[in-house]
Parts: sequence; structure tokens; C-alpha cells
Amino acid sequence: MFAYPAKLKKLKTINGWTLFTLISALIIASPVLVVLSHVFMPSGDVWAHLADTVLSRYIYNSIVLLLGVGLGTLVVGTGCAWLVTMCDFPGRKIFEWALLLPLAVPAYVIAYTYTGLLDYAGPVQETLRLVFGWTSARDYWFPEIRSLWGATTMFTLVLYPYVYMLSRAAFLEQSICVLEVSRTLGRTPFQAFKDVAFPLARPAIAAGSALALMETLNDFGTVHFFAVDTFTTGIYRTWFGLGEPTAAAQLGACLLIFIVSLIALERYSRGQAAYHHTTVRYRALRKLQLSKPKQIISFVSCFLPVLLGFILPAGILLNWALATTEWWLNWQFWGFAFNSFILSFVAALLAVILAVLMAYGTRLHPSFWTKLGVRAASIGYAVPGSVLAVGIMLPFAWTDNFIDSWAREYLGISTGLILSGTIVAVVFAYVVRFLSVSFNAIEAGLGKVTKNMDCAARTLGHGPAETLRKVHLPLIRASMFSASILVFVDVMKELPATMIMRPFNFTTLAVRTFELASDEQLAEASSAALAIVIVGIIPVIMISRTIAKSRPGHES
Amino acid sequence: MTLVLENVELSFDGFCVLNKINLTVETGEFVCLLGPSGCGKTSTLRVCAGLETPKTGRVIVDGHVMTDGHFVLPPEKRKIGFLFQDFALFPHLNVFDNVAFGLKGMAKAKIKERVEEVLKQVQMEKYAPALPHMLSGGQQQRVALARALAPKPDIILLDEPFSGLDSGLRAEIRDETLHVLKTSNVAAVMVTHDPEEAMFMADRIVLMKAGNIVQDGTPVDLYSKPVDHFAASFFGEVNILKGVIKDNKAQTVLGAVDTVGFSDGEKVDVLVRPQNIKLRRLSNDQKERANSHIEAARYLGRESLLHIRLEDPSGETTHIHARIDGQMLPREEEIFTAEMDVESALVFRAS
Ligand SMILES: Nc1ncnc2c1ncn2[C@@H]1O[C@H](COP(=O)(O)OP(=O)(O)OP(=O)(O)O)[C@@H](O)[C@H]1O
Ligand SMILES: [Mg+2]
Repeated sequence: MFAYPAKLKKLKTINGWTLFTLISALIIASPVLVVLSHVFMPSGDVWAHLADTVLSRYIYNSIVLLLGVGLGTLVVGTGCAWLVTMCDFPGRKIFEWALLLPLAVPAYVIAYTYTGLLDYAGPVQETLRLVFGWTSARDYWFPEIRSLWGATTMFTLVLYPYVYMLSRAAFLEQSICVLEVSRTLGRTPFQAFKDVAFPLARPAIAAGSALALMETLNDFGTVHFFAVDTFTTGIYRTWFGLGEPTAAAQLGACLLIFIVSLIALERYSRGQAAYHHTTVRYRALRKLQLSKPKQIISFVSCFLPVLLGFILPAGILLNWALATTEWWLNWQFWGFAFNSFILSFVAALLAVILAVLMAYGTRLHPSFWTKLGVRAASIGYAVPGSVLAVGIMLPFAWTDNFIDSWAREYLGISTGLILSGTIVAVVFAYVVRFLSVSFNAIEAGLGKVTKNMDCAARTLGHGPAETLRKVHLPLIRASMFSASILVFVDVMKELPATMIMRPFNFTTLAVRTFELASDEQLAEASSAALAIVIVGIIPVIMISRTIAKSRPGHES
Repeated sequence: MTLVLENVELSFDGFCVLNKINLTVETGEFVCLLGPSGCGKTSTLRVCAGLETPKTGRVIVDGHVMTDGHFVLPPEKRKIGFLFQDFALFPHLNVFDNVAFGLKGMAKAKIKERVEEVLKQVQMEKYAPALPHMLSGGQQQRVALARALAPKPDIILLDEPFSGLDSGLRAEIRDETLHVLKTSNVAAVMVTHDPEEAMFMADRIVLMKAGNIVQDGTPVDLYSKPVDHFAASFFGEVNILKGVIKDNKAQTVLGAVDTVGFSDGEKVDVLVRPQNIKLRRLSNDQKERANSHIEAARYLGRESLLHIRLEDPSGETTHIHARIDGQMLPREEEIFTAEMDVESALVFRAS
């Protein structure tokens, strides 16, 4: 007979998995906590100075930008989503995924591209001058792309896919029955959209808009390039221009509080509008048959966003890149690409590993604290890169100085900067910012593994870690892969945190794009920008495939 | 190898799921946990396996304490097999690897030998390379059983192992499982909410209700000597007759039943199963002695079900069911009187 080991474990002591999850969550959330803690720190008259001079402009610009982008993405995103899900017109099938393409283009890239196209020296104005015989800028009026409205347009063009994606999913979920009933009750198709489909999809639309607005607030490259002063550029300038980290952190805290209220508002509206589908019968969506003119209008409405948001900028970039081969057929460029790759790779790897451990930790011991910890660790996605940079650099610099002075005093050597200004800091920033991206993917994957799988493995003699290795990891491989791709691409596109925190002389493709563009070398920046766009297409393909697979009762 | 639960208490978020459960399972014994949905059957099994840790109380296997409210031995160290309701086969492993999963620290050849042995036992040796999703429900059940048995556990726990199978297959698999378990000589605890299944499989039945054990005994005990209304009605329909104690007998409309431990004048319920109601045809001159009126009669194949209205001298009526062998569809003009098998009647204090 089998002799039982007398190795009993003490109960009620905190276990290793929970401890790990909580500590990781605390570390991940620490930059946000640091920033928030500065709210109460005295910063002398810098703050008063800011308030007197630039603060109102920051607030005005940020709010106008948010309103504009919110409205723009809402109209374009839901409009296109409605057209491709409910109506039939030529090219609809292609638009279903093509409308996602602008997601591959970072806002700063599209901003540089359109500037190159539309500013005074660009081909558009040049052609106009040639045709009409104008000789200088005083002879005619042309909209200034480097402006608040220009920035709003740029953001709208690349961020509407968030709204499109989520509202389309919501429309697809709506049973056609509900919509048909409203038609039989005498609504026109448009009224059915306005009175039934739109309200039903409101939570999804709100979530999409919230994502778009968070991206807007995160942006640094576009607003900096267009000289539109927002909180993000303000933080950068206060810190590096004025040399006032505390005030910068306070600006960051303001922005954070604003974002958190935005999220809360979104959550609240979702709670208010938690409709449940009253019918579970999904029938294949019967598309609305449109008249010829309406078909043309629909086609143009869907084509324009794709053209302006992707085809045109990508085409221009390609054109430029082909004209400036000497800028990328050299070792330096590929060195930058390699830097981007390494950073993205390491960050993706860490984010996925951490997400797996934390998600598994909460799965093993779901408690109030682990859930809270995971929540707190996910907030990074809502925190603009510049705010994050402040929250990381302040404690890192402090630690470095502390270690350095200690070493100098006791060891007689200078350790220099160990954390800040090194790859460590940048990668940490990426993990903080993009952990929730990987966490959501991993959690969804783990959710598909039934709890009895864990139990079966445990009763068959495998401990928690071994169960993770032999059961969960093989089963969530696909989720881990897509999680790492998503983080990889996000890091590749990331600009503000990289800009602020990168080590001296360490350049990535995003930074390269920014630097050259800032020097008005737009064509020369194209190769780096194009590389980012090309990599950015990968997740777009992944997302469109997932959406195509998950449509109840819809023709495949 | 005995399994003992002592005063086990379990709660989720303050909601008590198991309330001081006491249970003993001897070597080679087959015990069924029976009870309505949500009464805590699965939770009891999970406590035994270590998948749930009770707040207080002890779980003891072969004299070794598994948990006592202060210390706990994790499930992977307990050597207790578990067969899950959804089988929980690992979808990424083939049948062979699934069964081999619990065989750790053994030589390759030994593992192969053991896996083939158990697969043969459940007649699945031909399917070793198949992946779980290629198997039918019955085949998956057999693989899951083989997987649980492979590490030679001393105790095996089965959570509604047949509920996912259709009724034809269920009888067959049930029979096979019983034989496999009996030849393996493990102590087995099986959960079911089907009393017939429990009677079929169990050496002993433990009837549960809302986190408590209502009755613990052999199938015959539970069927013929239920401790209360609930236990009696769980094993099939019962008719309830109101009665009053007089001279240590419960007086009912269908006659008097001997009782002990009741005092005169006390109100009682007398429980009689439909098959213990008999009908006697009366001749026309005995008409005034008739106590019953047949409201409907249905032929069910092997037997007939009669809906009977009883009327006592005071004019109060009771509706009861009787099951009569064969086809007995009475004609309009026939007069009957109902009688009960007094020996099998059960008397409980009125609820
Ligand atoms: N993890 C859990 N968290 C909270 N409550 C739980 C949990 N598991 C079980 N319960 C509750 O405990 C009670 C008993 O559950 P259990 O699964 O043991 O019932 P059961 O007898 O197996 O029922 P069934 O026949 O439906 O399987 C139920 O009320 C259930 O809601
Ligand atoms: Mg159960």
C-alpha cells in the first residue's frame, strides 16, 4: 500500500502565486501611483506660472481635439460599420476588412505624410500654383494642415477603426429579428438604425470611442509636429524645457484623472445601457438591397476612409521610400530596425510571460485582492506614454542617484545610471503600457480551458506549475502567439515613451521617423515609417480573421 | 484503505454548502452520494480530492490526515482518482498520453505497459493514438476512467460520470464501469441524482439535502426504511395520508397502522407507495363500504396507474395514486374499495 507523505501545507498563509501576482501588479501599477502621488507635492510657482500661461491652451486644445476626434470616429466608424453589415453594395466584402487597415498607420506617420503632401512645398500646392500661375503663398488660400483641425483629421483617419471594429461586432450580434420587427412597425431603414440598432450598440460604440480618445491623448508625435500644444507636449516641455519634473508629473496627474473619468463614464454608460438580447434566434443577416445611386454613395463612403487613411499615405510612403533608397539601403537603417525589433521582441516576451503568470495566479486563487491587482496592472493601457515616462523616470533617477552616491561614499566608484536611461527603463515602460493587451488575450485563452482540466491534472499528481506547463501552455499557445504579436506591434509603433526614455544614441524606427520628420526631412523619414506600417498590418489581418470567424448565424 | 470525513464544513462567500458532513468509505466499497441538484454532492467529492479546502473538519485517508482546518495536503499528493462529469480529457494529448498523464516517475516501458493494461480493461486499446475529439461520448468516458485508474489510486471519485451519455449507452457503460471498479478493488464514491442509478451501483447510499446528510445506509434501508418524507419521496412517488394516533395506531382512511413512540391524539402522515395500494372489487350489496372513486386509469405497459379519490366518513377527500400489475382498466359500474399494505406503510410526524 502507498504510504502518504506527511507533508502537509500550512493553510491560510499567503501562497506563492498570489504573492507573485500581487507584487507584479504593484510594480506594474507603480508608475501610475508615482504620478498620482505628485498631486499633493508642492511645486512652487512653476504650477502657477503654467496656469497663467499655457495651461488654458493645453486644456482647450486637448478638449477640442477630443471632441473632434470623438465625433469624427463616431460618424465614420459607426457609419461604415452599419453600411458593411446591413447593406449590400459592390466591394462590401472587401471593405469589411479593408476598413481596418488604417489601424496599421500610427497617427504621427499619417501626419508626416499628409504634411509632405499638402504643405507649401508639397506636390498638391505646387500643382495648384503651376496650374493657376500663383507665385507665392499670398496669392491664394490653402488649408493649413499643421493645425488643430489638421490634427483632428489625422487622428480621425487612423483611429476610426476602433469604433468601426466594435460597433460592427455589436451590429452583427444584433438579431436581425429585432431590426425587422422595427421595420414592420413602420420604421425606414435609417430610422431603424437610429432608433434601434444604434442604441443597442451604444456600449460597444462607447468602448470604441474610448479607445480612440485614449490613443488621441497618448499621441505625442502628431501634436508635437503640428505644434498643437496639448497635455502630452506640455508634459514633455515642462520636464525637458523647463526642467521641472514635479510640475510635469502634476500635469500628468491631471491628464490621468481626466482619462480615468473618461473610462468611468464609459463604464457607467455601459452599465446604464446593458441591454440583453431578447431573442436568441440569429438569422443570416439579410442585406438591404440598395438602389444604384445609394450603392454608389455607400461605396464612396466606405472607400474614402480606406483611401485617405491607408492607401494614400502608404502609397506616398512607398513612393518616397523608393525615391530615397540611399536612406534605407544602408547598415544604419537596419541597425535601427534591429533596435526596434529587439525592444519589441523583449517587451512582447516579458508582457506575455507576466500576463500568463498573473492570469494563472488569479485563476488559481481568485480573490478580491488578486482581482484588484490585475485591474490595477491593466490601467497602463490608458496611461499616455509621456505620463508613464514621468512615473518611471522619477523613481528610477532617484534610485540611480541613491545607489551612485552610496557607491561613491563606500566603494569609491561611480555606478552611473543603472536603471534610467537604459534599455531596462524603456522595456519596463512598454510592459506597463501593454501588459493589459497581452493579459486580455491570455485571459480569454485561459478562459477556454475548463476548470476541470486543472482539477484533472492536479488529481493526477501534477502541481500548479507543472499543470501550467503541461496543460495550459499547450492549450493557450495560439492566444500567447497573438498576444505577443499585438504587443510587438504596439511597441514598434510606440513613440512618446521611447522618445523620452531611450538610452542616449539609441534609435528605433519610430524615433528615427520622428527625428527626421522634425527636421522636415519627410521623404527621408518614409522608409522607417513604411516599415512600421508594414509590421502594423499583421495585427490588422489577425483581427479581421478573428472577427470573420466569430459571427453568429452569419454567412461565412 | 478507508476514507473518513469528520465534521466537514465548507462555505463559499459565507454561504454554507456542506454542514458538518460525516462519512466513512471502506476499502473496495462503492458508495453513492445521492441528492437533488445543488445539495453539495460535487462539493463533497472535491473536498475529498483536495480541490476544495474545508473551513473546519478533517479528511482522513488510511489514518493519514489530509486536512484538518489548519493544514492541508494539496490534491496532487493525495493519490485519489477523479472522474469528472465532462471527462476533462486533455484535448492536446492523444488517448495514450492522456492515460499516461498521471504516471510520473516511471520508466517508459513500465508506463507503456500500464497504459496498455488499463486501456484493455476499458476496451479502448485500439484507440491509443486517437485524439479526444475523435471519440464518442462513451469512448471518452472510458478513457477518462482509464486515466483515473492508471496511477492505481486507492480511492476513486466519480462525479455524475454517466450524465453526459444517452440512456441506451448509459446502462451499458454503467455496467462496465461497475465491473472495472470492482475488479480494481478501489473504494469508490460516486455522485448521482438518479436514485435508480444509485440503487444499481451502490453498496451504500448517502442521501444528501442542502449540505446535510439525510440518511446513510444500504439501498434496501433507504428504500424501505427512509428516515423522513424527503428520503421516502426521493426513491419514488409516495401517497400521503393524514392520520391521528389512537391506541398506538395511526388511524387513516385506509385503515390503522401500528406505530411506536407516538402519543395519543398526535397528528401523523402515513406514507404509502402506489404499488402498495390494493383495490378490491365489491359486489353491489357492499356498496356502502366503498371508500374510493376511480377518477382515471392509465395503462403504462407493465402496469396500470390509477388516480383514486378517497373519501373518509367526515367527507374529506384525498387524492392518491395506485400502481396495479397488468392491464386493469375498470368499468364505469364497478365498485372498489382501496386498501393499503399496512406492513410497508411509513409513519412520520405531520409536517
Ligand atoms: N465555486 C463556487 N463558488 C460559489 N458557490 C459554489 C461554488 N461551487 C458550488 N457552489 C454552490 O454550492 C452548492 C453546492 O454545489 P455542488 O456543486 O456541490 O452541488 P451538487 O450537489 O453537485 O449539484 P448538481 O447535482 O447540480 O451538480 C450550490 O448551491 C452551488 O451554487
Ligand atoms: Mg454536481
